Amino acid sequence: MIQTIDLYKSFGDLQVLKGINEHVAPREVISIIGPSGGGKSTFLRCLNMLETPDSGQIFFEGVDITSEKVDIDLHRQKMGMVFQHFNVFPHLSVLENVTLAPTVVKKISKIEANEQAMELLNRVGLADKANESATSLSGGQKQRLAIVRALAMEPDVMLFDEPTSALDPEMVGEVLDVIKGLVKDGMTSVIVTHEMGFAKEVSDRVVFMDGGIVAEEGTPDEIFGNPQNPRTKDFLSKVLY
Amino acid sequence: MFSLATIFENIKTLLENYWQVFIFEGVKYTLILSAIAVFFGSIFGIVIALGRMSNWRPFHSLNKKKAKKGFIYKLSEFNPISFLCSAYTEILRDTPLLLQLYFFVIILPTIIKFVDFSMFTWTSIALALNSAAYVSELVRSGIQAVDKGQTEAARSLGMNKTQTMVKVVLPQAVKNILPAIGSEFVSIIKETSMASTFFIGDLMTSYLKVKGATYLALEALIIVAVIYFILTFVLSKIILAYERRLNSK
Repeated sequence: MIQTIDLYKSFGDLQVLKGINEHVAPREVISIIGPSGGGKSTFLRCLNMLETPDSGQIFFEGVDITSEKVDIDLHRQKMGMVFQHFNVFPHLSVLENVTLAPTVVKKISKIEANEQAMELLNRVGLADKANESATSLSGGQKQRLAIVRALAMEPDVMLFDEPTSALDPEMVGEVLDVIKGLVKDGMTSVIVTHEMGFAKEVSDRVVFMDGGIVAEEGTPDEIFGNPQNPRTKDFLSKVLY
Repeated sequence: MFSLATIFENIKTLLENYWQVFIFEGVKYTLILSAIAVFFGSIFGIVIALGRMSNWRPFHSLNKKKAKKGFIYKLSEFNPISFLCSAYTEILRDTPLLLQLYFFVIILPTIIKFVDFSMFTWTSIALALNSAAYVSELVRSGIQAVDKGQTEAARSLGMNKTQTMVKVVLPQAVKNILPAIGSEFVSIIKETSMASTFFIGDLMTSYLKVKGATYLALEALIIVAVIYFILTFVLSKIILAYERRLNSK
């Protein structure tokens, strides 16, 4: 579904990605773990071209989206993204947050969009907040709203950029539960996360990134049970106590 | 001779005899000038701000090798619209308003002869163009103060640049910009006093008139000062109340 070929990216003199070759199969769930500054988020943000790679190609559903001739907005509709800091729209109500993109981009009617949005909000337990301002929500609620907002575009793949890193500890669970539900329904997902237990539970494949390269990858059992690369071992020993 | 009682007495006499000059000429023209300057300044300022933030790079295709430095890279990143708009803002902000007034009221009418504008019109144009430079900076910083994550979230949903700007960024930026434009209005009220250099009829001109007729400089000045103070003080309080209401929403 997504394939990257030789992705390179630098910010100024700092080389963040040094040749990433990855592929994401339909219905596959991939967790990306690794130390901060290892290029995880940059890689994820390249997948929907929020960051433009310096070189390399990204194929999404058969189209090279790094090409300048491609209308990236069209492809982004098919890739939902969830951010560390939620980025809900503070000037809109909870319901409007969800309906904005479908009505503006897909041009579906307000009534239809509202119906679909209420259904989605209901799924994550936010239906009763529909008409409140998005700013009145707690962190966990905001992130659930952000997930629903992305789902309203009916994406083929979901990208999660450290979805629980900015949350208070007691709110992490509610957000992870929503993601688990999605994954169970077969949503193709790429998740950058520091929640090792979660990564182990939901992933089909775990990718360990360090220093701008994929240092090791494998099934959760391989990575967490029997890591081969010394850097993976070192990292896991630090985060798993 | 310099007693408070005489001064009060003189102020009273001036107010009785010249209140129409202060209110129906001075205050009226000061407010009209300020309103024209802020209104057209805001519209033009928004255009300038959007121009500065535009992303038009006509020479982008020249950089075929995707060089990251050198002349070709700089040329490929060059945005003429943005450059002109920045130049405009910088020039008008970095030269004195009085100088610009001289240019527009005295020099330009001798060059542009096919239009027959009054001095008042030329002054309005100068004030509006000057105000536009300041407003464009207010608009730009108001837009840039909106969290970058908002743009990213909107773009990640497939919204294009225009949709993102109109539906997500601008509605949030307005909250930052409107109170700032209100403060700009307050400072414009004070800056219109420079128009008195050309005897336009603003509040400061009415001081010159009354002083000329009565030789009561101090008294006339006190009256004008109090009127300026009331105008700007009341206006800033209104803006503050409005700002509070915006923020409480």
